[in-house]
Amino acid sequence: MRTAFHYAALLLALQIVSARVGNAGEVVQVKITGLAFSPAQITIREGDTIEWVNGDFIDHTATADDGSWDVVVGESRSARLRFDHAGTTKYFCRFHPDMTATVHVVAGR
Amino acid sequence: MRHFPTSFAVAVTLSALALPAFAADQPSDPQIAHIAYTAGDIDVKAGQLALEKSQNKAVRAFASDMVRDHKAVNDKALALVKKLNVTPEDNGTSKALSDQAAQKHDELSKLSGTAFDKAYVENEVAFHKTVDGALETTLIPSSSNSELKGLLQTGLKIFQGHLAHAEHLASTLK
Repeated sequence: MRTAFHYAALLLALQIVSARVGNAGEVVQVKITGLAFSPAQITIREGDTIEWVNGDFIDHTATADDGSWDVVVGESRSARLRFDHAGTTKYFCRFHPDMTATVHVVAGR
Repeated sequence: MRHFPTSFAVAVTLSALALPAFAADQPSDPQIAHIAYTAGDIDVKAGQLALEKSQNKAVRAFASDMVRDHKAVNDKALALVKKLNVTPEDNGTSKALSDQAAQKHDELSKLSGTAFDKAYVENEVAFHKTVDGALETTLIPSSSNSELKGLLQTGLKIFQGHLAHAEHLASTLK
């Protein structure tokens, strides 16, 4: 009885872990080189994470036009942000406002 | 190379001072390195002055951008000349830049409030126009080392962004 209980608990735990892994989303890279985001247009799913990789020797940011998020990406460094809600957001670099891009987040996985 | 006089440029007169010298005699790589570093240092000093004097949020943000970017480019330039074992060579253009910068520094130091903000940003527009032009027409074409040329090309891209930013800022201060 006790063994059966432990077995059931283990199964339940495995299911929970499995469900979490399944919803974790993917990490998608956006490169920053020569003062430009690449790709400048990106489509991801809810729960995905964008990783900005700065190949320039100067600092940049990825900053939402609507001010909802602001990520500093230091020179030769990377930074991540997870997107949990569907929608389209334009963003730019606060330090170099000519640098612009858009992220489209679609619902569901 | 790190001990330039505290100064920053009157960009309007920069082209008149610098370009004829380039036209008569193409600058060497050590001279180009010195000119580029001097121009960057001038704009760092200008940004630091703006951060001391301005209360305008947008002007202060722009000045911070100038200090951060020009320091980064100059750090890269210092690392490159060290790697290439090149000693930057002082020259008439660098001296003219520094002299004019000292004059402009004095002018701006006497201003305050909106008058300072406008004068600083207008000078940034003129300065970047002239430096970008000198990079495009003289410094980049004259540089013989590929790494120096590459750094100047990256610098130009950064400074073109600065010019657009400065022009936009100037339009909001009118």
